Amino acid sequence: MAHLNSINHFRAFQGRLAGRQDPNAPTVVIPAGTCGQASGANELIRTAKTEIRKGGLGGRVALRVTGCHGFCQMEPSVLVEPGRTFYPRVSPEAMVRIVQATARGEVLDDLLLTEPGTGEPIGCQDDVPFFERQTRTILARNEQIDPTQIDSYIVNDGYSAAVETLERGDPGWVIHEVKSSGLRGRGGAGFPTGVKWELLAKQANGRGKFLVCNADEGDPGAYMDRSLLEGNPHSIIEGMLIAAYATGATEGIVYVRNEYPLAIKHLRIALRQAHELGLLGSDILGTSFAFDIMLVKGAGAFVCGEETALIRSIEGKMGEPRQRPPFPIEQGIDGKPTAINNVETWANIPVVFQAGARAFAEVGTANNSGTKIFSLVGKIRNTGLVEVPMGITIDQIVRDIGGGSAGNTRIKAVQTGGPSGGCIPAERFDLAIDYDSLAGAGSIMGSGGMIVMDEATCMVDVAKYFMHFLKDESCGKCLTCRKGTQRMYEILDDIANGKGRREDLDLLEELALAVKDTAMCGLGQTAPNPVLSTLRYFRDEYLEHIENKRCPAGVCKELITYSINENCTGCGACVKACPEDAISGEKKQRHAIDQNKCIKCGACRSICKFDAVDVA
Amino acid sequence: MALRTVSVVEPLNEEAPGPEAVKRNDVLRIAQTHEGERGGLIATLEGIQDAQGYLSEEALRTVADATGLSLVDVYGVATFYHGFSLQPRGNRTISVCLGTACHVRGAPMVVEEFERQLGVRAGGTTVDLEFTLETVNCLGACALGPIVKVDGTYFSNVSRGAVKGIIEQSRAEQLTGAIPVVATTNEPAMVTAEA
Repeated sequence: MAHLNSINHFRAFQGRLAGRQDPNAPTVVIPAGTCGQASGANELIRTAKTEIRKGGLGGRVALRVTGCHGFCQMEPSVLVEPGRTFYPRVSPEAMVRIVQATARGEVLDDLLLTEPGTGEPIGCQDDVPFFERQTRTILARNEQIDPTQIDSYIVNDGYSAAVETLERGDPGWVIHEVKSSGLRGRGGAGFPTGVKWELLAKQANGRGKFLVCNADEGDPGAYMDRSLLEGNPHSIIEGMLIAAYATGATEGIVYVRNEYPLAIKHLRIALRQAHELGLLGSDILGTSFAFDIMLVKGAGAFVCGEETALIRSIEGKMGEPRQRPPFPIEQGIDGKPTAINNVETWANIPVVFQAGARAFAEVGTANNSGTKIFSLVGKIRNTGLVEVPMGITIDQIVRDIGGGSAGNTRIKAVQTGGPSGGCIPAERFDLAIDYDSLAGAGSIMGSGGMIVMDEATCMVDVAKYFMHFLKDESCGKCLTCRKGTQRMYEILDDIANGKGRREDLDLLEELALAVKDTAMCGLGQTAPNPVLSTLRYFRDEYLEHIENKRCPAGVCKELITYSINENCTGCGACVKACPEDAISGEKKQRHAIDQNKCIKCGACRSICKFDAVDVA
Repeated sequence: MALRTVSVVEPLNEEAPGPEAVKRNDVLRIAQTHEGERGGLIATLEGIQDAQGYLSEEALRTVADATGLSLVDVYGVATFYHGFSLQPRGNRTISVCLGTACHVRGAPMVVEEFERQLGVRAGGTTVDLEFTLETVNCLGACALGPIVKVDGTYFSNVSRGAVKGIIEQSRAEQLTGAIPVVATTNEPAMVTAEA
């Protein structure tokens, strides 16, 4: 690989790469992030390669393997350029046909998605309802870039923003731009990024300063950071490079959670390539500016997303948070000034400089500028990553982009912000999504998980789930968090088992507020949110469990019974499925469940094709 | 993390090294690779776990010796993070994701079924040391939940009924990349393209 030793050298290199690229070349793009690979993308890649080789199509069809494009529901999918044809759920056999058709410049109508109302095939990805209503500033770049090739990033204007920053030679201007873009931290707290950088820049030089990329994406249900690291790792590196120049930071660290092997792999490759090319290290592009980034892997602890815990973990210690102040910006890693930003924040930095701060600030709403990526998952038709301007309503995301409920049941709530967030009921789906509105509704933006819940989701069970999670993840340093989450879990477990009492709800609320007020770190202070928000909006469900010993959603095992109704045809599928031999009946006659044997596993209900198993 | 070189150069065993001594040497070698590295202790423990499958008491003592850290500190880190195991593990690790999205789509039932089929509780290892069953907080493939991972292979949209097949497939060592298990609960009606 070439080593670039001046800015002109970089520009010439970029120009040479651009000259070699033909934007109209027929290209088969296969997204192969973790989701794609889990759905069979690897086999599609093998098939496409074989077909191109066997058919002698090398000069006529190009193949590009990228990270996740976002529509995980339709994986493994294929995108064909230049027409941007979107093929969902592609089988290896279909892959062969797609390669052949692409070589002929044809589109295979029978493999396309169809318009929900009319059944008309949708030719272009940008017309698919799921994509059409998004503003894909960041995610769209995942489509363009092969994450394992630095050339692929550079030819798509990558590192241009960093190089311009170096050329301009004015750190103060960089900070001014980030401040006027209005970018706020995408990790969830929403602290203005430019202000954070300014604080770091003001710290005395000489002892060394750190920049950290927080990729300890611990919120269950959120995976946009994984997708960005897998799909576009160089954008993170470029963001950090720009910040280092602006703040005088000498060392960068990306802290990635261990559960993301592909993200770690791609980031390692990206760091090595940036190093070899001379974009990291000493004397970057001959400007005498030096900055390097290393990767530190986590070992599985939710609390390490909290910045002081994260710092300890980077130091190789137990990830226990500590009291602030002093804030990490003054005393962070090894006691040196440290600024920590989330993955998505870093990915926004090159965008700010490419679009210009003013253009960036025009997207979204006042005080909430830019786009935000949400992971739209749970009981929804179209699951995947969606990128939208800040300020659009939950309803627009859930109904227009998500396509509404996955089945016949009504959507009841969305849960945002992970274990620190809360549940927002369907009646409040007109709420605009920004940091402040969500906080007002008792939840938080968090890193952007949006888990859709329907009538078959029990809110007591959800609260119990989160409290179980939090009691396990509480580091144990503060008594109220350690014991409070434990006790709240026990109370919720009692309620779910039909042993709850009315006064338990008051106790829950009291405990929740005590933990909120007295815990030291963000984990403890927000831990009660799942309880408080479900109590606020779904008190009825709690009361059903307590007073009528009923779980309306049919989830809490102790409170439900399975029975077979008159729809039963006596096919016997449930008899085979039942692990406890609890179902019996004559062939072609209505069967029955022996309640003494039934363990309420639900196997009969999920296998029944005639809707003949009731749960109540 | 500063290594106390004395532990490394000390002759470990006058005679031919037995299996324990080999292990000790491995541990020392791993500790040495991460000497002076940021977060070296966590990386060291990870390396040892990769090599030996788990963190034995002896390994932790050796690390403490080699690094000059107290055993309490080493033990503290080894028990603080979920990624470390102080018990021997099976040949294959089955991880059932219990993230929120997987939870609302029925992951608890999938865990139960694995527990029934394997005869161990989550966190346990089968007596034949073939499988360790564990639950994880989130594997980050939330759109395809419930997700199960067997070593490096992901299974998506896993239902209770698919559990037996996953175990059989894993036992037969036929894991050749990803095997999607077809969704039963969330089939999008708008797809006409291809089943």
